[in-house]
Amino acid sequence: MWRFLTLLLCLALPAQAAQEEVVLALSKDQVSITTDFDGSEILIFGAIKRESSIPEGPPIEVIVALSGPDSPVTVRRKEKQLGIWVNADAVDIASAPEFYAVATSGPMNEILTDEEDLRHRVSVERAILSIGAAEQLEDAQEFIKAAIRIRENNDQYSLNEGIVQVDEQTLFRTEIKMPPNLTEGNYTARILLTRGGHVVAQHDAVIDVRKVGLERFLYNLSRQQPFVYGLMSLAIAIFAGWSASAVFRLIKNG
Amino acid sequence: MQIYLPIAEVSVNAFLLLGLGGLVGVLSGMFGVGGGFLMTPLLFFIGIPPAVAVATEANQIVASSFSGVLAHFRRRTVDIKMGLVLQAGGLMGAAIGVVVFNYLKSLGQVDLLVKLCYVVFLGVVGGLMFIESLNAIRKSQKPGAVTAKKRQRGWVHAMPFKMRFRTSGLYISAIPPLLVGICVGILAAIMGVGGGFIMVPAMIYILGMPTKVVVGTSLFQIITVTAFTTMLHATTNYTVDIVLAVLLLVGGVIGAQIGTRIGVYLKAEQLRILLALMVIAVCGKLALDLLLMPTELYSLGDSGGH
Repeated sequence: MWRFLTLLLCLALPAQAAQEEVVLALSKDQVSITTDFDGSEILIFGAIKRESSIPEGPPIEVIVALSGPDSPVTVRRKEKQLGIWVNADAVDIASAPEFYAVATSGPMNEILTDEEDLRHRVSVERAILSIGAAEQLEDAQEFIKAAIRIRENNDQYSLNEGIVQVDEQTLFRTEIKMPPNLTEGNYTARILLTRGGHVVAQHDAVIDVRKVGLERFLYNLSRQQPFVYGLMSLAIAIFAGWSASAVFRLIKNG
Repeated sequence: MQIYLPIAEVSVNAFLLLGLGGLVGVLSGMFGVGGGFLMTPLLFFIGIPPAVAVATEANQIVASSFSGVLAHFRRRTVDIKMGLVLQAGGLMGAAIGVVVFNYLKSLGQVDLLVKLCYVVFLGVVGGLMFIESLNAIRKSQKPGAVTAKKRQRGWVHAMPFKMRFRTSGLYISAIPPLLVGICVGILAAIMGVGGGFIMVPAMIYILGMPTKVVVGTSLFQIITVTAFTTMLHATTNYTVDIVLAVLLLVGGVIGAQIGTRIGVYLKAEQLRILLALMVIAVCGKLALDLLLMPTELYSLGDSGGH
């Protein structure tokens, strides 16, 4: 009998945890990089599905994190040596997203505890995998901060607190801007629901960012047939040089 | 109008690129330099990744030089024989240069070395040209002073394998032009430029070629070396952005045509003093970057090789 009850309890616990679920919709799940690509906006909206009534306690908060493909990065610091500024110390970051945008329904430090941030790697400081960085240099943390600062200035990283609208603790919506200097790859949109600083539900969706048309063709050609691509570049250059010369001679003689 | 560059993976204004290409093209046509030493730093400035800027610039120089050299061929101001000797040296030099470049890259600090190369060579070349052409102008303004047409009769004339370069009116050994070609080729590959700004003064002061044929011959030589560099970059680093190159070269070839025509109306001394001033200006800017404390001490790079 006791065993049966324990089993019931065990079965009930996950159900308790998944009491609130995200139902998500994206305005588009594919971003096409065309020749005139000038950035993109993605509308992320959805609802919170519940089997029971809204639980009591602090209200539900929503965090949306959109991250691009990860890659290793080297951060270098300049130092004055013999009168000139040269790259001196360097720190390797094992993996950092090339794009990372976070939108929240409230101040980050109020709606997500540090432990939960660490576990779910939500804030950009946590999303960067800097394992081993501290062993490379004493002030490695400064290098990581600098990397974040540089990418923030470059519109690659952003944190927008309070731009996720939550209605009736059930509906939410936000818009994330993607800059024109996007790289290709699979972007992941993560939606986290938090209550009192704790994550109660999470949902992931993939957004495919791809070059299309001419961009796709040229990119593939340059990687798969580099020799042909090089010759084509030269042919275009020589033709352009010749035609400009010919046109100007016509103008002069005509 | 914004345009997305497929290889550089950034979005830039198409008219900005056309304008930059045109401006540098005018200078290139006037002075017989590829313009790479101006364009490459400008491309860094508008946010093109350095590797792509250097490789694409090589491709663009092919176009503007080709456009320029045709005009010179028609005016018979190209010493083809001299050009071929220089090209032979240039290709050897470019191959050596790429090896040196990759070696330096494995040591790290390649950015610094490229910049130091720029500062040293631009400074020396610009300074020498400036002083020399200033003296020439002063001399020509003195009434009654005979402009002594004294050819250097130094080590250049004491070497074997003499060849006659009819267009330049020279009878010198083939070794100095070959060496000049190699040196320029090495520097061109390391600095990511055509090398005209070194080639032009080397031809005037070391080989003693008449200024009239220097520009055309330099352009003729640059085409081969930059075409070779383009292929090298396209096949090894995949960093030639053809969309960027087309935008730059459309502006560039038109500019080069205009520049070649302006160049005809200027005296050789004036041309040289203008080129010298420009070279010194770029050198000064780069030197300041090295000497003054940068606003951002940190920089990001691809992982590995530091």
